[in-house]
Amino acid sequence: MEILALFGDFTVRTVAIGAALVGAVAGVLGSFALLRQQSLLGDTLSHAALPGICLGFLIAGSRRLEPILAGALVTGAAAALLVLLLTRTTRIKSDAALGVSLSLFFAFGTVLLTYVQRHAGAAQAGLDAFLFGQAAALVPRDLVVLAVVGGGSLLVVALGWKELKITTFDADFARSLGRPVVLIEFLLTVLIALAVVIGLQLVGVILMVALVIAPAAAARQWARRLEGMVVLAAVFGATSGVVGALVSASIRGLSTGPVIVLVASAIVVASLLLAPERGALWQLAHAFAQRRSLRAHRVLVDLYRLAQDHDDLDYASEQGMLDTYFGRRTGHVLRRLERRGLVSRAHHMPEEGTHWVLTVDGRQQARELIRPFGERDTTLDGATQ
Amino acid sequence: MTGLQGWLDQPGVTIVLVGALVGVAASLLGAFLVLRRESMLSDAISHSVLIGIVLAYLITGALDTPLHVVGAALAGLLTVWLTDVLVRSRRVKSDAAIGLVFPALFAVAVLLINVYARDVHLDTDAVLLGEIGFAWLDVVRVGPLEVARSLVTMLVITLVNLAFVVFLYKELKLATFDGMLATALGFRPGLVGYALLALVSVTAVGAFDAVGAILFVAFVIVPPTAAYLVTDRLWRMLVLGCVVAVGSSIGGYALAVAYDVSIGGAMASATGAFLLLALIVGKHGIVARALRRRAPRPPPVVHVPEAGGAP
Repeated sequence: MEILALFGDFTVRTVAIGAALVGAVAGVLGSFALLRQQSLLGDTLSHAALPGICLGFLIAGSRRLEPILAGALVTGAAAALLVLLLTRTTRIKSDAALGVSLSLFFAFGTVLLTYVQRHAGAAQAGLDAFLFGQAAALVPRDLVVLAVVGGGSLLVVALGWKELKITTFDADFARSLGRPVVLIEFLLTVLIALAVVIGLQLVGVILMVALVIAPAAAARQWARRLEGMVVLAAVFGATSGVVGALVSASIRGLSTGPVIVLVASAIVVASLLLAPERGALWQLAHAFAQRRSLRAHRVLVDLYRLAQDHDDLDYASEQGMLDTYFGRRTGHVLRRLERRGLVSRAHHMPEEGTHWVLTVDGRQQARELIRPFGERDTTLDGATQ
Repeated sequence: MTGLQGWLDQPGVTIVLVGALVGVAASLLGAFLVLRRESMLSDAISHSVLIGIVLAYLITGALDTPLHVVGAALAGLLTVWLTDVLVRSRRVKSDAAIGLVFPALFAVAVLLINVYARDVHLDTDAVLLGEIGFAWLDVVRVGPLEVARSLVTMLVITLVNLAFVVFLYKELKLATFDGMLATALGFRPGLVGYALLALVSVTAVGAFDAVGAILFVAFVIVPPTAAYLVTDRLWRMLVLGCVVAVGSSIGGYALAVAYDVSIGGAMASATGAFLLLALIVGKHGIVARALRRRAPRPPPVVHVPEAGGAP
């Protein structure tokens, strides 16, 4: 169960490297899918890979990775084309088109899968591992395929960075610049399909969509620029892949895909909570600080008003009276103001409670707080300015 | 009665009937999902009801109790609610929210099966692909008849869905086409939406045994979409969707037997044939559209004010 010791194991190292690659590529291309609001295209692409996997197997007659991935890419692209055809030429909306394409391709895939299982003999062993992924099935030879395909798609992203970026954020603008937007969109779809395809062996067709969406969604919470988002998504994706693969390798019987997906989901939840500015906890802390400073301001301004009304700059207000006026205890607020040098204690009469007086700084700040509201300052203090 | 029993004893009849009922129950609800542009929610729900089923199994130790229906309905609503929460937080868009929630829930369910339920027949392949081929093996007594259990279950679910659509037809129609007006008139479109999705979840559970999680999605989305290409009336869309579902069940079974492949998969694939047909013959299909484009446009109608009218 020693996860670090597992790294020494040759198979485990292969799996970890493969998972890191798959996660990083999925994170990078998922960022584009997420920003283009095409997250569910990843779902359709990954489900639609199933018939391709079976066809690749049937045509090649073996469980070699290349023909299987090629088949998956072809049927994935066909499914994306079907979505495009349905939405562009009929009144079917994109959600229904995605659903139609996903379910029909997957249905045909199950038909083919049972056909392979019943007619192609025992050689099929392991095809259904593509449903949920099986890390153990990854051999070093496969790693080369993953590295070439994954590295190739990352290279294309790097080379076409500017084009991909403007098409993602403002397709109309890109079109007005004369960029081949349709071609770029097609390229992006193929790249997303590639990212899905190389993950099939590890994560499986059902859950691969999560590895496309989750790292990108998590990275989006931390980053304001595409560059940062893509890099962070790659890191999150790779982390999910490696941690998930190692955990599933160390506990018998766990499918790899679901573990990877859960790690990625945990990263998303953590990001939604913790990310600076966008994170929920961050916002909660921000709201708390705001409430606190607002309360302090109100106490300060009211002390000032009381002094005004009594025509006495050094008017000492009794804490008990302030508590009653605000309907809640103000002691801690006043003590915080005291620490900032804005109020000071005054002992008015020995038998009464603590009294508070504004300091010179406190008066100054109170005046600044009410000035935006355009109220005339009628006190002696105001007249001396 | 013995004639009916003899008929029901044929495996093929039971399988086709179960498939047709799954199709009718699913496409009745699917029509509204397609119109509300929430089709992919059915995909999300069909995946995440698994966690309801698994948890119910872990609690009761049995595979078909009323708790499973409750668990699945709750899991489906949980999916919708979590998606809603994510969207309302404005941190992710709705498509990404769907894609974040259901894989997480599904992954938990698969791992629970991996860890706690390895040897029950609740294995992951069956979940995805269904085992409609064995539907006729598990029978219960209904009055004088011995009927397949899944046939009874699906019949009940189909009747519930039918009653839902018939009795709440007006509310569903209004909530689907004009949620604002529905709210203004004092209906609760949100409530109708949640009821619809709860029924989708329950139907998904019933369909699990028969066609599996993902093929259920085909029955929810494809028949209504095919019907949508053929007609502009809601009730016709509902009826046509059911016709497509029944036709796919019969045709799919025949194909599956002929080629010895997954029956559920073949039935779901058969819905695709009907979609293709609708694309060709439907008045909103590709062919009709191409013809409309080639046809000469009618001259524009111009209203000329009558002579002597007000200037």
